[in-house]
Amino acid sequence: MALTPSDVKKIARLARLAVAGEDIPAYARNLSNIMGLVEQMNAVDTREVTPMAHPLELPARLRPDQISETNQRELFQSIAPKVEAGLYLVPKVIE
Amino acid sequence: MHTKTIAELSRALKQREFSSEELTRACLRRIEKHNPALNCYISVTGERALAQARAADASLAKNEGGALTGVPIAQKDIFCTKGVKTSCGSRMLDNFIAPYDATTVERFDAAGAVMLGKTNMDEFAMGSSNETSFYGAVKNPWDTAAVPGGSSGGSAAAVAARLAPAATGTDTGGSIRQPAALCNLTGLKPTYGRVSRYGMIAFASSLDQGGPMARTAEDCALLMQVMAGFDVRDSTSVDKPVPDYTATLNDSIKGLKIGLPREYFGAGLDGKVAQAIDAAVKEYEKLGAVVKEISLPNTSLAVPVYYVIAPAECSSNLSRFDGVRYGYRCKDPQDLLDLYERSRGEGFGAEVKRRIMVGAYVLSAGYYDAYYLKAQKLRRLISDDFKRALEQVDVIMGPTAPTVAFNLGEKTDDPVTMYLSDIYTIAVNLAGLPAISLPAGFVGQRPLGLQIIGNYFDEPRLLNVAHQYQKVTDWHTRTPKGFE
Repeated sequence: MALTPSDVKKIARLARLAVAGEDIPAYARNLSNIMGLVEQMNAVDTREVTPMAHPLELPARLRPDQISETNQRELFQSIAPKVEAGLYLVPKVIE
Repeated sequence: MHTKTIAELSRALKQREFSSEELTRACLRRIEKHNPALNCYISVTGERALAQARAADASLAKNEGGALTGVPIAQKDIFCTKGVKTSCGSRMLDNFIAPYDATTVERFDAAGAVMLGKTNMDEFAMGSSNETSFYGAVKNPWDTAAVPGGSSGGSAAAVAARLAPAATGTDTGGSIRQPAALCNLTGLKPTYGRVSRYGMIAFASSLDQGGPMARTAEDCALLMQVMAGFDVRDSTSVDKPVPDYTATLNDSIKGLKIGLPREYFGAGLDGKVAQAIDAAVKEYEKLGAVVKEISLPNTSLAVPVYYVIAPAECSSNLSRFDGVRYGYRCKDPQDLLDLYERSRGEGFGAEVKRRIMVGAYVLSAGYYDAYYLKAQKLRRLISDDFKRALEQVDVIMGPTAPTVAFNLGEKTDDPVTMYLSDIYTIAVNLAGLPAISLPAGFVGQRPLGLQIIGNYFDEPRLLNVAHQYQKVTDWHTRTPKGFE
């Protein structure tokens, strides 16, 4: 399946990725080739097959509802791009 | 000292032939000398290493410690190391000092091993040549015009050039086995769930598995003894006793049933690699193994299926990198969307962005059933192929990669060609099986690997079968020129 430059822009937006305008044609070409490879899957009829999500197919393990981690806010925020008063700062969201 | 295997180093340290500090200093000197040409380390942690070495020497002086006490190793830069930069080969994490240790790091520290540094890798482990790293390509010590393989290319080059006696790797589609093959090493991808993924930066969570890369199967057994085991912090870790991996290395393999899948010897396999693999199989026959042709009929679907499932999982896993709490943030974001898009756009390299986009596409409304669900169904067929085959034979053998190492830059323009270099390794991850790659010959000066695939949790047998081959061959003892 061939992806157009406008498909690429749409997917990049969905994936929250800024892609430079001059790079879009190369992405369109490479992604089309990858999807071409993926299309080979259609050669097999899988109507009767149960999907396999995971190699182990084990049920999720449960644990007692007890506190196991301590608060390490200062340590974690020491590597953050921008913090103030214990909060992570981002550009203004509400005017 | 640098020519010794881990098993030999362990004995020498216990007999005080040299101290861990002397050994560590020798390794650090070799890194200083050779790393600029090979680029296999992203970070060298000399002070941390020497402190660990002195602590190991103190234990050894009291006749304490285990097999790895005082033995230096390198960690792939995908494993979080507290207080040390953990970049995952990406600009996104170039400034990331991990606030905690991965379970694998914690276990090696507790075993008394010495961490020399963090090795280079394809960005977020996405690549087969180590060329997608933000820190530049790694060169293959056997031929510096060649790639070392990937994604654990830095680990492979470091061990091959004797800049570390062993290293850790991770394997999502072949990232331990393929670089091991291309650099003449022994590399084990364990059964999914055998080694904890806690603190191992996630690429595709249903495929990722950490494992050892070393010169011999015996060394891999010693490393596995430390790495394997249940971890309550990894929800997919398997709670199953860990066997003694060295105990069965010397078992006879007389009567071992080897399956050769005809699909692994068809078009696309280099003729000289095929010859070397045939010769290795003959060696096994001499050791008393019985060879049988088998079929894995859905082999050709493994790469297409993988390039739906792995990108889908990666697009979800990598959504955590948003420029807010840690990692790269773009300059002067205009609003929140601009912050997300430019931090990610500038922080990730081209291959990572391609895979995130493929993942976002195959998971998007209207395409989910056609791609993601379809791939999950085919994953079952691929896995069933192995189940059927492993009812008839004990292990499956074939080449690890279709060719020896290709040249730097040879496949960077065409992602699909690059993807096809993992054709024999990828299906194993989809099924979750263990597999080992071991040195089995050369084409010119470039090495190649024999892959042995086993049943779930049958790592002891893989290590045994590999060790028996290494007792009668000397491929694994060869050292690249200039690094003797």
